[in-house]
Amino acid sequence: MAEGPVRLPVGGRIDRKRRLAFRFDGRRLAGHPGDSLASALLANGIRLVARSFKYHRPRGIYAAGPEEPCALVELRRDEARVDPNCPAGEVELFDGLEARSQNRWPSLAWDVGALADRLKPLLPAGFYYKTFRWPAALWTRLYEPLIRRMAGVGRAPRLPDPDRYAHRHHHCDVLVVGAGAAGLVAAELLGRAGLSVLLVESRAQPGGWLADGGAGVRLDGDAAPHWLQAQLARLEALEGVRLLTRSTAFGLYDHGFVGVLERIADHLPLPAPGTPRERLWWVRAKAVLITTGCLERPLVFPDNDRPGVMLAGAAAHYLHHHGVLVGRRPVIFTNNDSVYGLALELARAGAAVTVVDVRPAPPARWERELCEAGVRMLCGRAVVGSEGRSGLHTVHILALDADPALSLPKPLAADALLVSGGLQPNAALFAQARGRLCFDEELGAWRPDEAPPRLWAAGGANGRLSLAAAVEDAARAARDVIRSLGGREPRLELPRVEEETFAQTPFWCSPLKGAAAARRAFVDLHNDVTVADIAVAIREGYRAIEHLKRYTTAGMGPDQGKIVQGNLQGLVARELGRAVQEVGTTTFRQPWTPVPFAALVGAHRGPLFEPLRTPPTHPWAEAHGALFEDVGPWRRARVFPRSGEDLEAALRREARAVRTACGVIDASTLGKIEVAGPDAAIFLDRIYTIAVSRLRVGRCRYGLMLRDDGMVLDDGVVARLEEHRFHLTTTTGGAARVLAWLEEWHQTEWPELRLWITSTTEQWATIALSGPRARELLARLAEGIDLDGAAFPHMSFREGRIAGVPARVFRISFTGELGFEINVEAGFGLHLWEALIEAGSDLGLTPYGTEAMHLLRAEKGYVIVGQETDGTVSPLDLGLEGLLAKNKGDFIGRRALALPALQSPERKQLVGLLPSEPGSVLEEGAQLVPSPEATPPAVSEGHVTSSYFSPNLERSFALALLARGRQRHGERLWATRLDGAPVPVEVVPPCFYDPEGQRLRM
Amino acid sequence: MLEIPCPFCGPRPEVEFRCGGEADIRRPADPDRCSDRAWTDYLWNRTNPKGVHRERWWHVHGCRRWFVVSRHTVSDTILAVSDSGQTAQPQETAADG
Repeated sequence: MAEGPVRLPVGGRIDRKRRLAFRFDGRRLAGHPGDSLASALLANGIRLVARSFKYHRPRGIYAAGPEEPCALVELRRDEARVDPNCPAGEVELFDGLEARSQNRWPSLAWDVGALADRLKPLLPAGFYYKTFRWPAALWTRLYEPLIRRMAGVGRAPRLPDPDRYAHRHHHCDVLVVGAGAAGLVAAELLGRAGLSVLLVESRAQPGGWLADGGAGVRLDGDAAPHWLQAQLARLEALEGVRLLTRSTAFGLYDHGFVGVLERIADHLPLPAPGTPRERLWWVRAKAVLITTGCLERPLVFPDNDRPGVMLAGAAAHYLHHHGVLVGRRPVIFTNNDSVYGLALELARAGAAVTVVDVRPAPPARWERELCEAGVRMLCGRAVVGSEGRSGLHTVHILALDADPALSLPKPLAADALLVSGGLQPNAALFAQARGRLCFDEELGAWRPDEAPPRLWAAGGANGRLSLAAAVEDAARAARDVIRSLGGREPRLELPRVEEETFAQTPFWCSPLKGAAAARRAFVDLHNDVTVADIAVAIREGYRAIEHLKRYTTAGMGPDQGKIVQGNLQGLVARELGRAVQEVGTTTFRQPWTPVPFAALVGAHRGPLFEPLRTPPTHPWAEAHGALFEDVGPWRRARVFPRSGEDLEAALRREARAVRTACGVIDASTLGKIEVAGPDAAIFLDRIYTIAVSRLRVGRCRYGLMLRDDGMVLDDGVVARLEEHRFHLTTTTGGAARVLAWLEEWHQTEWPELRLWITSTTEQWATIALSGPRARELLARLAEGIDLDGAAFPHMSFREGRIAGVPARVFRISFTGELGFEINVEAGFGLHLWEALIEAGSDLGLTPYGTEAMHLLRAEKGYVIVGQETDGTVSPLDLGLEGLLAKNKGDFIGRRALALPALQSPERKQLVGLLPSEPGSVLEEGAQLVPSPEATPPAVSEGHVTSSYFSPNLERSFALALLARGRQRHGERLWATRLDGAPVPVEVVPPCFYDPEGQRLRM
Repeated sequence: MLEIPCPFCGPRPEVEFRCGGEADIRRPADPDRCSDRAWTDYLWNRTNPKGVHRERWWHVHGCRRWFVVSRHTVSDTILAVSDSGQTAQPQETAADG
């Protein structure tokens, strides 16, 4: 008799007239439309398709769905389209498909890694924890690279994903997950009640267990496939019901929020032009009904992992969907009734079938038919071993009541071993949404217990294991949902199901006695976790199931142990002498099946990752070869190099020009906020450290905003436009934060204050002009403004026209030179800029970027919030006591400044630093240490916040925060370097240029 | 992702909001007569209950209004929302297991 899997001449939903060519590990093979990769491999007689994770044991196709722990393959369309870890039973075959096995070298048949299988005593549970402990120095250089190379199964593609991925938001009354019998019946009821229903199904075709044959069950007197077609037609006719196939609900989140991945083109060689490959649906449903059916549990026995061992349900799937007989001499090993329909079907398809049932007798209902079909029954027995290195050829069977000391297992020739350890309700989604599971002793399985609001489970997923019970339960749940949503219950006759009973007896592991004890009995086939590993972990003191999981890695593979649940807890319970319920489950987390990053990201990549904001002069800067940097959400010109200049040369030229002639910078990115209303001054007095209410109309002041813990939040200039109208500026990065801050205090603490807060950042373009010749230049363009120093003093503003357009001019400066910030409507910004550039050409006017701006302000010791401050710096630390108004009453942050911790003389204070070597520029972030010999872990006395080479001082300098800094001027310290010995510095006051501020008032 | 019933806009997804922590924290009216301990209590100490929590939420990508949500911290069930203009008087106490 021939051996192994074979394609039957008839049956299945495949098109035998058409052939699809594909390759597996380079081998040219053929299948048919309707095949999965797994069924096509089986039809070609291929059983060995993978190597296991830890021991590199030969493995075959074990399942037909996402629970597949063994047959994970890499799909390769081209260099950029590489999908690792695809369960072979889930991959729909297409012409030209190329698949490769994983985790083997040099080849699947000859894998060097399989040596690990011989080193078993060296690889116990907790191997990594026990082995890679010391010496610590080896960790980064040896252990981590080694583990990283060994870890993982598939490899990620190296090129960017060329395909499109879409997102869609969807709202509906009810999301039904799983279009098996229960889901289809529930959807019809819900649809007839007038509710909007989204029914999602992972597979390409709905039907679930019915499509897998339904073990010969009849509904409404009809065969399952016929009833299925009729039911789909009924749903089609319902307007509110929408069915999505190839769509997996992978995550249930709070308040009816569900992530669904629709695989639009994964079954095609490439997506059709203009269509996405996958679509992520974010569904918000008023109710979610889980009808995900059951998973079949494996059975645990020695050598239960050979190619040819497979879940019985998978064999039914391959038979009914693909016309593949998985073995010609199959042995079915079971503890439950679900396999008997399959046994008959296999026998009728020509196989010599043996059923090994751990229970003393087969179900009476099947007995006569089994006998007629010639199925051999071995009851009260268990499989206790197998043989066949790269493919099963023999199983060992032992009577359960035999004395293990006296009896030897009987060998039986077999080319497939179909196991069924019972049905486990697939309640993963239910548990993700924090529904509670309980272990039902009668059922011998975990099932949903207490549901959170908006969530229901029904059918197999709810522990109703016979079809009749599942259908009835689906109707019950649908009616509950309808009532909870206030809908009217429709009249609907449920399908009549010819009654079948269903029984299963928990059976956690075959006897491991005698020679069998030395063989491996796998609990987790993916991560190669054995019964012995569990026992070791328990002996070593692990009791909690979450700890056992992590220590043994059971359930931690790409399959996330979908079929480990149940057997794992059953074995642990047996080992600890506890009830399974007491052992509990591990936490079910999203996602149910892996979701590609590309699908999660969708269109949000490249330029669409984040909106880019550019100031009004951006086109000019681009045209003039500026280098840019991103500041908060803005792209700003960093420096404007002339031909032949590098960044440093351009920076020095720009910074010198501002001090000797004049410079201009686009400062439009500064945040601008208008606060207006009768109580605006009172409000701003509480918000700012300065006395805003004492500001006269036409004047402005620099002030700080503190948090109520006394730390600096932001800084900026306040201008009083009118008695009850103020213009505020904020830092570029702080604009949104400050607006939020003002709104929060107004709304939640002082809602009685009458005022309005409006962001005007985008309304105004701000061009800052500064330098000794700034006034001369501005005079050429100004109309209606007296620019004379006495008429327009420092810290005031005037309105008029500049370059022919209405302007608000502030006489303020961030460089320490005579300065004007010209605000015009944003649309005039580029015009103003070009007018200034043209008018200033003979005055040495130089456009400068953010680098020169930072350098110039640092020479003056002006702080930048977020550079000198980090949320732990108070105005006292910065030496800005002068900005704390004494007599205006309370303001945010004032009280905290009196706390002992903020008054402490030990706090870090702002200082200047001069490196002893004038050419040496300190590293920003460098630590200040008291001695050059200081080696880690040296105590840091402070750190460098800003550091530059100044062309104006012709030397390097820095700002720093230093413990007791103000008392330490003149002291010598050392600043650390990442790549060398610390360098000596002298502590000085934090102002290096024009400390009296003469140049501001010119 | 929570679905938060904004009292002004109706139910909206959590990403439109920002959480502002425990509600009913009143800034002491006269900070100068407040001890250091009382002030740091106001600044930092929160009840962090297991159970119903009154917390402030801000509809930042919507109406930009602050309001108060009563949320069960174990189940994430939202029991009530109210306009925060009226947060001055704490309503029911925010604790129980």
